[in-house]
Amino acid sequence: MLQTELTPEQIRDQKPYLQLGLTEAEYNLFAERLGRLPNYTEMGLQSGMWSEHCSYKYSKPILKTFWTKNDRVLMGPGEGAGVIRIGEGKAVVFKAESHNHPSAVEPYEGAATGIGGIIRDIFSIGAKPVASLDALAFGDEFDAHNKNLIDQVVAGIGGYGNAIGIPTVAGEVQFDPGYQKNPLVNAMTVGVMDEKDIQKGKAAGVGNAIIYVGAKTGRDGINGASFASAEFSDAEDADRSAVQVGDPFMEKLLTDACLEVTHDHKDALVGIQDMGAAGLVSSSAEMASKAGYGMTMDLDLIPQREPGMTPFEIMLSESQERMLLCIRAGHEQEILDLFKGYDLDAVVCGRVEDGHQYRLLHHGEVVCDIPVSLLTDDVPTYTTVPEKPERLKNPAPDFEPVIEDLAATYKQLLAMPNIASKRSLYRRYDAQVQTNTVIAPGGDAGVIRVRDTHKALAMTADSNGRLLALDPEIGGAITVAEAARNLVATGAEPLGITDCLNYGDPSKPEVYYELQQSAKGIVAATKKFNTPVISGNVSLYNETDHHGIHPTPMIGMVGLIEDLTAITTVDFKQAGDIVYLAGNTGDDYNGSSLQYLQTGAYAGRLTGFDLEAEKQTQDLVLTLIREHLVNAAHDLSDGGLAAAIVEMGAKRELGLIADTTLTTTQLFSETQGRFLLTVKPEDQAAFEAIAKDQAVQLGVVSTGDFDLKLADGELNTQMSQLTTIYSEALACALK
Amino acid sequence: MKAAVLTFPGSNCDDDLLWAVKDIAGADAELVSAKSESLEGFDLVLVPGGFSYGDYLRSGAIAKFAPIMTALKNFADNGGYVLGICNGFQILTEAGLLPGALQWNTSLEFICEPEPLKVVNNRTAFSNQYAQNQAITLPIAHGEGNYYADADTLSEIEANNQVVFRYADNPNGSLNDIAGLTNKAGNVLGMMPHPERAVEALLGGTDGLGVFQSLIAATKGAAHAAN
Repeated sequence: MLQTELTPEQIRDQKPYLQLGLTEAEYNLFAERLGRLPNYTEMGLQSGMWSEHCSYKYSKPILKTFWTKNDRVLMGPGEGAGVIRIGEGKAVVFKAESHNHPSAVEPYEGAATGIGGIIRDIFSIGAKPVASLDALAFGDEFDAHNKNLIDQVVAGIGGYGNAIGIPTVAGEVQFDPGYQKNPLVNAMTVGVMDEKDIQKGKAAGVGNAIIYVGAKTGRDGINGASFASAEFSDAEDADRSAVQVGDPFMEKLLTDACLEVTHDHKDALVGIQDMGAAGLVSSSAEMASKAGYGMTMDLDLIPQREPGMTPFEIMLSESQERMLLCIRAGHEQEILDLFKGYDLDAVVCGRVEDGHQYRLLHHGEVVCDIPVSLLTDDVPTYTTVPEKPERLKNPAPDFEPVIEDLAATYKQLLAMPNIASKRSLYRRYDAQVQTNTVIAPGGDAGVIRVRDTHKALAMTADSNGRLLALDPEIGGAITVAEAARNLVATGAEPLGITDCLNYGDPSKPEVYYELQQSAKGIVAATKKFNTPVISGNVSLYNETDHHGIHPTPMIGMVGLIEDLTAITTVDFKQAGDIVYLAGNTGDDYNGSSLQYLQTGAYAGRLTGFDLEAEKQTQDLVLTLIREHLVNAAHDLSDGGLAAAIVEMGAKRELGLIADTTLTTTQLFSETQGRFLLTVKPEDQAAFEAIAKDQAVQLGVVSTGDFDLKLADGELNTQMSQLTTIYSEALACALK
Repeated sequence: MKAAVLTFPGSNCDDDLLWAVKDIAGADAELVSAKSESLEGFDLVLVPGGFSYGDYLRSGAIAKFAPIMTALKNFADNGGYVLGICNGFQILTEAGLLPGALQWNTSLEFICEPEPLKVVNNRTAFSNQYAQNQAITLPIAHGEGNYYADADTLSEIEANNQVVFRYADNPNGSLNDIAGLTNKAGNVLGMMPHPERAVEALLGGTDGLGVFQSLIAATKGAAHAAN
């Protein structure tokens, strides 16, 4: 980090902006539009605001292709979070955010501040945060470094979420060599609010006050947005100064105080936004830009944690737990008093101005005076000419598994980190605080009841990088379909999605191809499931030493349950219930867990996905659940039918007696669009009348025996033998 | 009967506790800020879970200096019923209203799980609606719930029958499987499991409701005695 202030001419000649992630062309463009050479502070602001993280300069052309609107969407992408109407005057607010880079460097704080940041996005809209989710991806080689990384990321998410009192109700953890050096830490928060209370991050009205509230500004996380938009190198040591430190206690106070402002002081509030990536500059410039006004701020008034901070440092600090509010002139004291009641620091630090200039004062001098659009709307966008990666041009031949010892293969599958129970990790998250959690982690989706209504919300976070690596378009569509499948299995109708697009360096034609193709698949699937994209985030440059991660869009999806009595969970409930398989099973082994188990790699083209058939099956299952004809439901994904049966039997150690025409290998096939359902004997006729030939009877839930008769083999064991492996394998591997 | 649910900065189970005792169990109850200095007019004080003052330094260590604590001590000394749950339990031990201390779980990890318990003393104001030795399941959610007291204190606690709840499958290393215990007088109880999270079938069970119903029954009796 540069500490000395260079003159505009020195900046031009010495090009320090290159270290801050700007290109020479970008610097020149900025200077040209400004009509003079930028000073050091201005150059710093440019580096933060023109980073991919803030400007979406590579991803914007792709994000524009997303489908973002239907009649339920009240607010789409562009604000802190998106909002969807759920009826009875209520709305759901949600967004996901990636904290991959900070978590790789400082796992505890990186993960904790990821949660902290996304929570601020939710309450800045005026919503009470009611649940969080996390989607994590790590390497599958459990060396000491990786074990510590996993432990500390989980500890950080729990440390922040548990303390602030927002339940973590769902999520996923994946293990794959593709993430060994670039872990993914994506966090999502869901809020609930009254429709009428929606706030926007805008600073309008000449003379209105800009109020800063929350933690003091320190030298932590300076220029983190640029840091997040660069590749890692093994040669360079970890850049710890660019990682922020979180304080959930402060954020709890901030949440409660800001919600009081948005609910009880509507006359005073013009706009509110959190200080996330690129801190004070992004929040203030975006608020001014969105409202079409200028702004002046006096940096001497900003609460500072340490003396001697430069304007560059104050503006680009990513200290956590800070919010910026625009308050109508005359109401300043009322708001300052409110914050004081919560023991929070709040100051008037600026005013909204006529015109479009963004001015900053420091020690009585003007240190920045630029059109605000230079930081927001004027950022150039880039498209790379996409090129299909070699591996996709010549896919490996279809994988044809041979299973010699079914029992042994079954047990090995259950012990795979991606299949085995994640309980030892998610039990470290408080899943029940706020006492609304109907389905805690361990099911297909988390479900929380919405107070003062008869509704519940289901939520899930899914990603399938290994499948996108084989076919980004189909893989992208599958990820959306799987998220919807998870929600439907609980009895929810999917409402909409948020996404974190985790990819490699977008200036590489192959990476750009992956981005473009996966967006295509996502768009097709979101239209099919009527789930517009209402918010999201982009994390590019997930590369270490030029090796990129799998293209990994994380899809966070929220669904609505209209009837609290029609919520379905995954576990087998009682012996004697009849087990049905909905959706067709093919021979789809490319990209499957069985393929990885037997060959150590995922390869081949993607087969076994039919968007139309998937939608039909989901509609059927939703109808059956709403008719109260399903006693347990589970979607089939990693590990296929084999994994699903044990996941359903695990809780009560109930088994299955089944006789099926499926083959031994088909037990492990990963054809999409399938559900395993159990039905009480007394409901069988009603169930079959609706399901007809779309669900085939597989067998009957037993008290513990697991006897499976297949077309070409059989398995006779006790469910408890399998559930022990399923329950303990991952905890043992991570010890 | 009127219950106060204390709210410290950083408490996060205060609303849950209010919901359980008021909306579900049907008692009159309201939130009282820890910045307040009076508990006048209350028959029962509930100290909620959460991370009071961020639990910085040590769980409950800063909360014991909150303005409300003097009133709380007087309330307890005069025989008023006080229930501390999770962080509330930690605060009560820090404040000296209950013996012993809560250390880090032996796993050194936060644990959130439904936990089987046994009601080992049903002759208290907090447990009179349970059967003696009744098996119940309540959720736990804590990092520092490992109950410790020195050997003399522990034998005194046992001799006085102060233990009310014991873990069936000790999750955190607590001595004598102690999940909840009272003071010697029996009017102050601290417990790590969360009864307020187990009061609705929709959310997984109602085994915690008995704690609130016991207190409602006990305070009704007390009001009669005073008349």
